[in-house]
Amino acid sequence: MDEEYDVIVLGTGLTECVLSGLLSKEGKKVLHMDRNDYYGGDSASLNLTQLYRKFRPGQEPPSELGRDRDYAVDLIPKFIIASGELTQILVHTDVTRYLEFKQIAGSFVYREGKISKVPSTEMEAVRSPLMGLFEKRRAKKFFEFLQSWKDEDPTTHQGINLDRDTMKTVYEKFGLEAGTQDFIGHAMALYLDDDYITKPARATYERIVLYTSSMARYGKSPYIYPLYGLGELPQSFARLSAIYGGTYMLDKPIDEIVTDGEGKFIGVRSGAETVKARQVIGDPSYFGAGKATEGKVRVVDEGKVVRAICVLKHPIPETEDADSCQIIIPQNQVGRRNDIYIAMVSSTHNVCSKGIYIAIVSTIVETDKPELEIAPGLKLLGPIHDKRVVILTNYMPSLTRPSL
Amino acid sequence: MSKQFQFKLVLLGLAIFLYCLSILNVYPGESAVGKSSLVLRFVKDQFDDYRESTIGAAFLTQTVTLEDQTTVKFEIWDTAGQERYKSLAPMYYRNANCAVVVYDITQSASLEKARNWIRELQRQADPSIVIALCGNKSDLSARRQVSQEEAKKYADEEGLMWGETSAKTGEGVSDIFTAIAKKLPLTAPPTARASAARGTTGARSGVDLNKQPADQNQNEPCNC
Repeated sequence: MDEEYDVIVLGTGLTECVLSGLLSKEGKKVLHMDRNDYYGGDSASLNLTQLYRKFRPGQEPPSELGRDRDYAVDLIPKFIIASGELTQILVHTDVTRYLEFKQIAGSFVYREGKISKVPSTEMEAVRSPLMGLFEKRRAKKFFEFLQSWKDEDPTTHQGINLDRDTMKTVYEKFGLEAGTQDFIGHAMALYLDDDYITKPARATYERIVLYTSSMARYGKSPYIYPLYGLGELPQSFARLSAIYGGTYMLDKPIDEIVTDGEGKFIGVRSGAETVKARQVIGDPSYFGAGKATEGKVRVVDEGKVVRAICVLKHPIPETEDADSCQIIIPQNQVGRRNDIYIAMVSSTHNVCSKGIYIAIVSTIVETDKPELEIAPGLKLLGPIHDKRVVILTNYMPSLTRPSL
Repeated sequence: MSKQFQFKLVLLGLAIFLYCLSILNVYPGESAVGKSSLVLRFVKDQFDDYRESTIGAAFLTQTVTLEDQTTVKFEIWDTAGQERYKSLAPMYYRNANCAVVVYDITQSASLEKARNWIRELQRQADPSIVIALCGNKSDLSARRQVSQEEAKKYADEEGLMWGETSAKTGEGVSDIFTAIAKKLPLTAPPTARASAARGTTGARSGVDLNKQPADQNQNEPCNC
């Protein structure tokens, strides 16, 4: 480790790997390190052995779950919206050559105790129980308004200014019911709370357009998912970095971020070795997150997320036996401030044995009893074969820009 | 009609010095090794004394044509910067049909490293993987530290193919790839094999992100 690098990247989560890939491609000499002996950090997908080692040390995975290597269980749920920014990054950097994607079979929304499919075709929209007949007509007018909107053509604006008028104004103009607003704002615009309603409508408009264009792209649902789990994403960018000269070092404890007297970065210490570089980038856990560090505080606490990783032996009830799906429980429906999300995948996506379904129920923590907060989501799953609950703190850098 | 097959081939093993560069008294760093030259010799049929590594090559492809006109296309994955500290991603081994593990016949320690990589392949890769152990720098037999008998004995014990090559002169290079092509199961329907080795723009059961929505309308038959 006596060489000097342009950049040291700490942690092999998705963000770190994308940055590492882009920096290496730009010609920077990159050293990429991770304390774990696997790629992905919190965005890894674990096999059974790794999963048990992480959550139940000392316990062997039961043989009834099938072969260890058939599993790739995500720690963080994420579906990729087909026409979104991540898809563009994947295509632009050409890492799609290392990856294979499949659709998520359906997107569902919870309303008054029941779940219904978010319509993916006009036929489904006509039959959908989500709205009454008259409300469907109003919603149709609303969607036609969004579809025909052209910035440069005021005749398409119907008196609305997307940059000034709030979403509330737009909803009121079309006379949409509260339940329909929940559906549009949470199941389509994918807002986690209701703050968007009082903000200019432009952002919501763009999110709805993204959702509908993603839905139109492959049908069924607006989402795609990589075979062998989300952990393939950081790996593909790590490979991009490696083929452009990036050096990889896993299973390496990081003991100290070494700085000079003025707090300027010098290098990274692992045991007795210090490797030098001009810059360091990394996930917050490498910068003292969760620990009271002496000296400069580099990261701040940004709230908590609760996730339950559930093993099921059946598809989620009322989802037409979908092999994969998303279910959104809008906050208003269960008296919360933040939505509850369910993401389920199965052997179709090569993440578990046949007959096993992996569902992750998650939300932003609002109380001191996080597990109770996801109960409405857990209830929708039917019998849960096995469950692991994780509560993670989100961290943000305390500095908004690097001090150079 | 001749049959076509496609396979993913992974290339492993660290030969410590690229001898031609050491002759020129240039220390190239460990990432520039004989195995990269081996791939280039195979793919481009040329040998570049000064090439430092395979930087920027996502993977190289090469086609071998057998006597019965069957063509076998190899998608060759280099380890790039993930090999030096043994930090290969599972993605590297995933769906690999065959592997070439290179050692340097002038460095006995390189055979020991090759043994480690073979153990790793046996642990991580599909059990049906075809593995070839390859002693490079056969043109430097005067400085030989690994005897043919020793390497062959080990290869036989582990059920590996074995051969010696010179990336410098080209000796034995195409032989080893042809031998692998002959050992691969050329019985499955070609399309199924092609989609098993993913990465190229072949047929897929999933969705193709590179295909823009507009493309769907541009593929209409032309009347001209």
